[in-house]
Amino acid sequence: MTDRSEMFDRLKGLIAPFNKKGVDVSETTTFAGDLEWDSLTVMDFVAEVEDSFDIIISMNLQAEIENVGQLVDAVTKLTAA
Amino acid sequence: MTDLFSKFDALIAQREGLLATGVKDPFSLVMEEVKSPTVAVVNGKETILLGTYNYMGMTFDDDVIAAGKKALDEFGAGTTGSRVLNGTFQGHKECEDALKEFYGMDHAMVFSTGYQANLGIISTIAGKGDYIILDIDSHASIYDGCKMGDAEIVAFRHNDVEALEKRLKRLPADAGKLVVLEGVYSMLGDIAPLREMVAVAKKHGAMVLVDEAYHDFVADPSYSSLVDMVKKGENVIISRTASKIHGLAGLRTAFVIARPDIIARLQPLSTSAPGVFGALGAAASIQDTAFQAMVKQRNIEGREIMKTAIAKMGRKMTESQTNFVFFHAGMPVEQVQKAMLAKGFMIGRAFPPYTDWVRISIGTPDEMRAVAAALPEVISGAPKSLGSSER
Repeated sequence: MTDRSEMFDRLKGLIAPFNKKGVDVSETTTFAGDLEWDSLTVMDFVAEVEDSFDIIISMNLQAEIENVGQLVDAVTKLTAA
Repeated sequence: MTDLFSKFDALIAQREGLLATGVKDPFSLVMEEVKSPTVAVVNGKETILLGTYNYMGMTFDDDVIAAGKKALDEFGAGTTGSRVLNGTFQGHKECEDALKEFYGMDHAMVFSTGYQANLGIISTIAGKGDYIILDIDSHASIYDGCKMGDAEIVAFRHNDVEALEKRLKRLPADAGKLVVLEGVYSMLGDIAPLREMVAVAKKHGAMVLVDEAYHDFVADPSYSSLVDMVKKGENVIISRTASKIHGLAGLRTAFVIARPDIIARLQPLSTSAPGVFGALGAAASIQDTAFQAMVKQRNIEGREIMKTAIAKMGRKMTESQTNFVFFHAGMPVEQVQKAMLAKGFMIGRAFPPYTDWVRISIGTPDEMRAVAAALPEVISGAPKSLGSSER
C-alpha cells in the first residue's frame, strides 16, 4: 500500500459520517457537486480533518480544493511540512 | 462570448418561479410613507415593519433631524475630500468628542457604517503572511474584509473557545494574528464567550477586533462590552454602529474605539468617514442616554413577548440577546412573508442556509402582541422538526 492510498483511506474514513447520500467516494468525488455539502457541513468536516492531522486548512486553501484527490494532495503537503 | 450574467441563470429562474406563486418582489413593495420607525404605508396599506433596520431608534427624533439639517445648511452636501486629504469637518470632531464622553475614552474614530469599519480595519491591518482567525458565523462585512486583504483566513466553530485555541496553537508563533469576533452574533443573535476568547488570543499574541453592533440590547448579566479592556490598554479594537440601537442607518455612521496608539495609527490609514450631517446626527443620538435606556427596556419587553409566543407555538428559536428573534417556521420564508403581508406585517429576507427560519425585528410591545396573535394561523400547519439546518 502506498502512502497516497493510505492518506486517501484515512480521509475517506473522515468523509463517511458526513456522506449522508452514501456516495461512492473516489479521488474525483467533488464536495459541492457529488456530496452536496453545504457551508456548515464543509466547516464541520474541515474541523475534523484539521484536528485529526493537527494542521490548519485555511479558507484560502479550501477555495482551491474541489475534490477528494485535491484534499489528499493538500493534507499530504501540510503534514509533510 | 460568455454572457457575464449567465452564471445567475438558475437564481433568476428561481426568483421568477417564486414571483409566479404570488410572492411580492422587494422592489415592488414601495413605502409611500414611513409613519414611525416600525410602521409604514406599503402599497397603500398601513403595515407593521418586522424586517426593519430602523428598529425603535432615533429615526424620527427631533434633535437628530435638527442636527443633520443644520449640518447640511452650514457645511453643504459635499465634502472637501477624504479625511486623510483635507476633509475633516468640525462635525467629525464633535461626533468623536461625543463618543469620547460617552465611553469615557481619550480616543475614538468615526467611520461611515459598521460594514466599512470592519472592512477597512480587517483588510488594512492583516496583510500578506498574517493570519485572520474568525468565527464561522461572522457577518458578511468581516468575510468581505478578509477577501479584500492578502492574509490567510482560518475559521473556527461558532463560539467554540477550544476550537479557537487549537487553531491559534497551530499557527506560526511569530506571524501577525488578528482574531475577529462579534459580541453578539448578527444572524443567530446569541452572545459570545468574549472574555475567554480574548484571554486565549492574548496568550497567543493575537490582536482582537470585536464587532459590538448589537451590544446595547443584551439583557444577559454574564455579558459585558470589552470597553473596559480597551481602557486597560489591551490589544482590542471595538467597532460599533449608529444603525442599531440608535436606528440611524440612513446616516451611515459608525464608531471605532481602541487604545490611543492604535487609533493614532488607524486614523491616517482610513478613507472612510460619514458625511458631516451623519456625524452630527449621530452625535445628537449618542448624547441622549435616556432614550437609549428607554429603547433597551422596550426592546427587552417586546423580545419577551415574541419569545413567549414562539415557545407557545412549539417552535425552536435561537437564544437571541438582540433586537430580533430568529425562529424555525418550518416553511419557506417567502410563504410566511406572503401570508403575513396580507395581514399587514412585513417580514424581512431569508438568511441562508436557514431558509425556513424567520427573523422578526422587535417593535413596540403592542406591535409584538399583534404579531404574536397573527403568526400561529400562518405557520401552525408547518412541520416542527428541523431539516438539515439542525446544529
